[in-house]
Amino acid sequence: MTGSEATHSAGMDRRSFLGTSGLAVAAAPLAGGLSADAATAAAKTGGTAIELKVNGRSHRLAIDPRVTLLDALREHVGLTGSKKGCDHGQCGACTVHLDGERVLGCLTLAVQASGHEITTIEGLQGAGGALHPMQQAFIDNDALQCGYCTPGQIMAAVAAVKEGHAGSDEEIREYMSGNLCRCAAYPNIVAAIRQAAPQMARG
Amino acid sequence: MRPFEYSRAGDALDAVRAASVAAPSPTESPVQYLGGGTTLVDLMKLDVMRPTRLVDITGLDRKRYGAVEVGDKGVRIGALARMSEVADNAELRRDYPVVTDALWLAASQQLRVMARVGGNVLQRTRCSYFRDTKFTSCNKREPGSGCAALEGQNRGHAILGGSGDCIAMYPGDWAQALIALDANVEVLGSGGARSIRFADLHRPPGSTPQIETVLKPGDLITAFVIPASPVAKRSLYRKVRDRESYAFASASAAVALDLDGDTVRDARIALGGVATVPWRAREAEASLKGKRLDQASATAAAKIAFAGAAPREHNRYKLPLGQATVVRALLEAQRMEIA
Repeated sequence: MTGSEATHSAGMDRRSFLGTSGLAVAAAPLAGGLSADAATAAAKTGGTAIELKVNGRSHRLAIDPRVTLLDALREHVGLTGSKKGCDHGQCGACTVHLDGERVLGCLTLAVQASGHEITTIEGLQGAGGALHPMQQAFIDNDALQCGYCTPGQIMAAVAAVKEGHAGSDEEIREYMSGNLCRCAAYPNIVAAIRQAAPQMARG
Repeated sequence: MRPFEYSRAGDALDAVRAASVAAPSPTESPVQYLGGGTTLVDLMKLDVMRPTRLVDITGLDRKRYGAVEVGDKGVRIGALARMSEVADNAELRRDYPVVTDALWLAASQQLRVMARVGGNVLQRTRCSYFRDTKFTSCNKREPGSGCAALEGQNRGHAILGGSGDCIAMYPGDWAQALIALDANVEVLGSGGARSIRFADLHRPPGSTPQIETVLKPGDLITAFVIPASPVAKRSLYRKVRDRESYAFASASAAVALDLDGDTVRDARIALGGVATVPWRAREAEASLKGKRLDQASATAAAKIAFAGAAPREHNRYKLPLGQATVVRALLEAQRMEIA
């Protein structure tokens, strides 16, 4: 069962439980020193009105212009599949699709993404929860260990195939070089992409 | 990040009007253009750049400002074109390979999708002292405060074009292809449109490292124009770095050759990873004209290219590495199969 399914079925996820139970005492600062409290206050006092179309659903938010797309997705829309690795565009963990192209959520301002189509890892699965061929390939090829870089890897991989940049192991490595994996699952990631690419072409 | 206002420019003149404010230099202006944001948002998070207003130019007319047009007289590349789409342009790859090389060998694909070629040439140095406000001695960030890199950790710093006030390395690749091929830059400013030689765009640090280009606040780069020439087809970009991919240059060379057999009719050499600004090695080029290109003449040219280099404690390796990269690039270009 995927995380998003767990949220929808249980009505509460780990994040909201920690929030309401009072266990999370000190809120960690969000991108660029903007605290969670400040972001909430901005939303309450107006902020900037934006519309994020995420995985086919429209979300109207009022946010501080400093909020990145990554933080908007994770903190305001509640889609925590996209990860914050470095917050400076260097690791690729925050990779999402903007109008079908892969971008880094941490260097994209949410105000700039307003009005555009955004796809996150949560939006890859098909109707009825069927895994995307790339997701299945990552499982089949053991292309992850801790899993933290994995959503970004998968989003980058899907894009690499669509761009026509997954024709060989060498090309895959080059065009996936923006996604770092500290667990070094790289060989299996390449294998997963080799498996999924023709399946995506057929599907 | 400090608070700012965000707006989207309706058209280019709107953008220029909004951004043409008084400021000591464009990088110090309170109004900044927002393109892909890959330099600006990064530096704003580090509190190195502190604009109070961002003017988003990514919505400007793509046909007018984001197109790639290849013709008999040369190439026109709109400043808003993404690095990724220019890198994948088949005509450019065939007729101006150094141009596409210099793009796909840069950054990561995500960054290449986000970043626009106009903003790319304005990217700022990766000097650790510049990027980290904990270091108080940075003449580029705080004029007059000194330069910590001169006697500090300067492994990645420039050996060409530096001064006693700044040795920050210009990290871009795309600029080397442009300067090698004698490109022009079209700029829209409050006084109208003008064209400048790309070679004249950047200013070495001298005693004012905070001034990086000849642009005025509000100036908007709108296009690059690369003239057709006999050197364009036999051209390439070789980049040597710590990692195979996704790293800045330790040393790089953009070369282009017009050969008659093995004799050089014209040669272009630009150096990356070693200088404070995009670097054209004109004396080295002149030394090759009319000569037979081989290991010996290439090595001699490389030596001329780096004459006047001023290495510091940790970047001496750039001298032999840079020279070897030039030699390798020249000889590889000589061996290219041209259709």
